Amino acid sequence: MSALVRSFWDFVRELATDNAYERYLTHHREAHANVAPLTRRAFYLKEQQRKWSGVQRCC
Amino acid sequence: MAKLFWIAVALIGAFAVGGIALHRGETINAMWIVVAAVCVYAIGYRFYSAWVAAKVLCVDANRATPAIRLNNGRDFVPTHRWIVFGHHFAAIAGPGPLIGPTLAAQFGYLPGTLWILVGAVLGGCVQDMTILFLSTRRNGRSLGQMARDELGPIGGYAAIIGTLVIMVILIAVLGLVVVNAMKHSPWATSTVFATIPIAVLVGLYLRNIRPGRVLEGSVIGVALLLAAVVGGGLLNEHETLRAYFDLDGKALAAFVIGYGFIAAVLPVWLLLAPRDYLSTFLKLGTVLLLAFAVILMRPDLKMPAVTQFIDGTGPIFGGSLFPFVFITVACGAISGFHALVSSGTTPKLIGNETDVRLIGYGSMMLESCVAIMAMIAATLLDPGVYFAINSAPGVVGATAEAAVTTISSWGFPVTVEQMHALAAEMGESTLFARTGGAPSLAVGMASIFSSAFGQSMLALWYHFAIMFEAVFILTTLDAGTRVGRFMVQDVLGHFSKRLGETSSYPSILLSSGLVVAGWGYFLYIGVVDPNGGINILWPLFGIANQLLAGIALCVATGILIKQGQMRYAWVTGVPLLWLAIITTTATWEKIVSSDPRIGFLASADSLAGKLASGALSPEQAAVAPQLIFNQRLDAVLAIVLTLILWIVIADTLRVARRVKLGLPVLPTSEAPATPAEARA
Repeated sequence: MSALVRSFWDFVRELATDNAYERYLTHHREAHANVAPLTRRAFYLKEQQRKWSGVQRCC
Repeated sequence: MAKLFWIAVALIGAFAVGGIALHRGETINAMWIVVAAVCVYAIGYRFYSAWVAAKVLCVDANRATPAIRLNNGRDFVPTHRWIVFGHHFAAIAGPGPLIGPTLAAQFGYLPGTLWILVGAVLGGCVQDMTILFLSTRRNGRSLGQMARDELGPIGGYAAIIGTLVIMVILIAVLGLVVVNAMKHSPWATSTVFATIPIAVLVGLYLRNIRPGRVLEGSVIGVALLLAAVVGGGLLNEHETLRAYFDLDGKALAAFVIGYGFIAAVLPVWLLLAPRDYLSTFLKLGTVLLLAFAVILMRPDLKMPAVTQFIDGTGPIFGGSLFPFVFITVACGAISGFHALVSSGTTPKLIGNETDVRLIGYGSMMLESCVAIMAMIAATLLDPGVYFAINSAPGVVGATAEAAVTTISSWGFPVTVEQMHALAAEMGESTLFARTGGAPSLAVGMASIFSSAFGQSMLALWYHFAIMFEAVFILTTLDAGTRVGRFMVQDVLGHFSKRLGETSSYPSILLSSGLVVAGWGYFLYIGVVDPNGGINILWPLFGIANQLLAGIALCVATGILIKQGQMRYAWVTGVPLLWLAIITTTATWEKIVSSDPRIGFLASADSLAGKLASGALSPEQAAVAPQLIFNQRLDAVLAIVLTLILWIVIADTLRVARRVKLGLPVLPTSEAPATPAEARA
């Protein structure tokens, strides 16, 4: 039961992009280990900027 | 066993569709429509989408998607298909499928419902899935780029102009819907106003206090929004305070225009992004709640299957069943706008090509389902009440007495007392002439919700529904203005390098100002028009939206033909042909019709005649020149839009002819195939 709740919670977090920063860190460690990663806030702001530079919402 | 199951689904579906089509009693239960819809979607998804994916698109599970090949941990990330489904649905689902069916209900429940089902399964879902797939094969290129790469520069420019025009018209009509919902309603106005500081608070929370914790921020925000609905009710009781928020259409239009400009130039994290999180949460929550309540309550629909207004004399918008039911339903069945999202963020997240079926076809099915629920919410009202809310004073008469007399004479009895009692229950001073669809939808939703979850809260549910619609209408308004701004900056960049820089402040102010001036103009005219404005703007929006879908389908058909799939080109070609027929017929009628309720030019001429003969009251005469100019401008706009579609169709046919004759065409822009090593 707790595994089910856990995976549902992970799903909700991912849907809400709550875990985007953790995912970024994981990727960053693998791909660019020698460069310091962005802070959580800098990452959030940069992501918002990127997200809202294209068509994101419809009629 | 599986075969037997699908035969049963088909039989039940056929029985339900037959039931709603042939039923001619006083009322019909909404479950007939729900069952018909579920069966049609199930069969469409299980068989047609699978066939299109396998045979027409030749989806390849072993081919690496751009998310895998170009994974950068940010925009290109292989993501679980249900997560992408959620994001894609949140992106495509806007206010369109709520408003279109509500307006189309003037023809009765049947025509709109049938088109929502058929149009989605054979047209809209196919378009969304195909464009998503083609963009995925091209590293997530946009529709405009694909048009340029595959058809040539003409297709590319047409897509850009089409997008810009549809954006301007869309924002204007959405702005008008919000203005009409807030007009002289202190409760609605104060609640909608409160959403702005709430969004800013959430924005600050997500940036400064707990960066990136979207769930926390959203839960706080949604709680504050609900408090704002209750607070608006308390404010409405207070004599002095309510006067501050008792505003007329012009003042509210000025507010919406100013808001749009400010939202477009502010940093996204402050207003746009947090507002969008809130609207997404509300949207998903309310759609689920509505579906749950409809199934729980199984309401009876009081609207007839087909009304006399199929002849074109409808009070909400003029024009006969063909082609205007298709133009009006718009987004609930086929939406060209979706092609922009399907060729934007979504293709960069797809972990496996086979996922395009669920994400492209499935999301549009759900969107169409939302349109069905809007249709149910609109048609469960007494038809007399529905027409009293949605008809403009210029059509049914300026006073309540005149309006009920006119509407009752159509065979939809309604009384002034009934309307007053309803308005009082909803916490409003009046519900007459609240055109635009949002208020009647809110009344419908409030009656379902309150019968399911507590009768005493009708006014709260009504204002919750209004707030819910306003929040995501304003999100579309912000986001659309921003996209328009980028497009204008792109164009300005050809003239001056400085003006093309997206982060240069003079350029931001100038380009945002131009976009806001564009939609602000149409919004203002819509507000001063005694016929309500919706009857002009919504058909124009429908034409523009279907035109964009036509361009997307041209790109899809052209690519299919180039890939040697000529024999399956009808999969996108037939919906394209249908869209070309309806948009062209609609434009034709909007231009040449001698009925001022339908034809732009006839309306301009009739008004000019009245102005010249002095038949207008002083205040009508004051705005008449603007209205006359606007109707002529609308005529030009409709012609330009339709010409663009035909130019792109001609260009596609040119490409098809060259393929047939074996002449050289532009090379495919598909990224080379690499086998997928790792599955997402």
